[in-house]
Amino acid sequence: MATIKSITKFAPSRFARLKDRVAAFFLMLYRVYAFILRFFKEVFLPPYEFKEVVRQCYEVGVRSFTLISLTGFIVGVIFTKQSRPSLTDFGATSWLPSLVSIAIMKALAPLVTALIAAGKVGSSIGAELGSMRVTEQIDAMEVSGTKPFKFLVCTRVIATTITIPLLATYTAFIALLGGYLNVSQNEGTSYSTFMEQAFEPLTFVDFWASLSKAIVFGFTIGIVGCYQGYNSTKGTEGVGKAANGAVVTAMFLVFIEEVLIVQIAGWFR
Amino acid sequence: MEKQKAHIDKNNTVIKVRGLEKSFADYDVLRGIDLDLYQGENLVVLGRSGTGKSVLIKLISGLLKPDAGSIEVLGNDVTAISERELQELRIRIGFSFQNSALYDSMTVRKNLEFPLVRNRKGITRDEINKNVESVLDAVGLSHTINQMPSELSGGQRKRIGIARTLILNPEIMLYDEPTAGLDPITCIEINDLINEVQANYKTSSIIITHDLTCAKHTGDRIAMLLEGQFQRVGTFDEVFATDDNRVKPFYDYNFTE
Repeated sequence: MATIKSITKFAPSRFARLKDRVAAFFLMLYRVYAFILRFFKEVFLPPYEFKEVVRQCYEVGVRSFTLISLTGFIVGVIFTKQSRPSLTDFGATSWLPSLVSIAIMKALAPLVTALIAAGKVGSSIGAELGSMRVTEQIDAMEVSGTKPFKFLVCTRVIATTITIPLLATYTAFIALLGGYLNVSQNEGTSYSTFMEQAFEPLTFVDFWASLSKAIVFGFTIGIVGCYQGYNSTKGTEGVGKAANGAVVTAMFLVFIEEVLIVQIAGWFR
Repeated sequence: MEKQKAHIDKNNTVIKVRGLEKSFADYDVLRGIDLDLYQGENLVVLGRSGTGKSVLIKLISGLLKPDAGSIEVLGNDVTAISERELQELRIRIGFSFQNSALYDSMTVRKNLEFPLVRNRKGITRDEINKNVESVLDAVGLSHTINQMPSELSGGQRKRIGIARTLILNPEIMLYDEPTAGLDPITCIEINDLINEVQANYKTSSIIITHDLTCAKHTGDRIAMLLEGQFQRVGTFDEVFATDDNRVKPFYDYNFTE
């Protein structure tokens, strides 16, 4: 009875809270939509901040380069090592280069790059813009007759959209190198044989799908980081939330996009 | 330094605010503000923390939208003009932020160049350098040109913030708590700088503060913001010639032992 009473007592407030949360979720979706729309509206209009785009590309590349090199190489080595026993059971060790390259080129390289970039670059963009928002630097740009959205958001989103596919390509080659070193050490396969076998099963659609994925991931990481930072509130707490939100949301979206793009690429095969 | 007599043109109103209202959630911050700022005048807005002083200048500069009322700045209705027109109008208004709001990833030089190169199309490198040196000289900080904002003191940051607004030769200056968090000597320097800007750049200014020394030294007119409205407007002596217990403590705290 007491339980029923307590449920009756709290049900309306819980319902109201749920209603508020649903409303807040749809409001956020609308804001994100408006933010993306604003990006596409402003990105093609002058002034073009070329210097800032180049600077941001450099920042994105430098921030992730070491970690991506290390992670890419380790992924290549580990994946090759882990795959060997299964292939040995079927007497198909010679397929190892093909298996490694398919896994790396089609899935691992863009995904690993995107996840690292979401952590390193996404959080950094979220924190940087969030900090600029709460210290009124964005307002200062606005009142001086300049376009902060163009200078801060468009440049960073362009930079991540350009740089992350480049980093993904680099990750693929580093991971393949890791795979080659492991195969070479264990099976004594030469570099040219490894590469020949590695690229043989891959088609143009595979490269294109992988590149498309990296472009979409790059755009997502940039736009999510910028959205979280640009709309940051509540002082230093807001900056932390913006950085955290940028990473969590970007990673979640990257996985969803991975599934969708794999599905779409499948239709073209 | 004593404030020179300002040349105020009372026939020329550069900012005209009527019936301005602004609320946040359930709190009515501004409840029908009327305000005129005359050409060449320094108007100080005094009030307790949280009474909406900063909100007022953010509404004037178009950073916030009012719930009701009209704001006319240099003949433009800020609430009705397009984004592009607002951007053009903002070039004519300088806004000095409470925490300076210097771009912390840029040097002092880049901070000053930022609004200039984006608002003066076709400006040459020589002209940029000349303008940067001129405003830095005006605020007495030429030696900081290559420093990062993190290397500057609070007072220096305020001065660079003011220099960044001066580089566009604004007709109106909006100062948000220009002396907040500064030592008394630096406060005097900032007060003098505000008066120099008024005299040399012929600006009309709104100065938001709760520092009565700043108000006394810089203001040609004082407006006391209480309970969302201007309750007392006049010269410094006129405003404080009262026994109103909402106004008197301001004076007593600053000027009586």
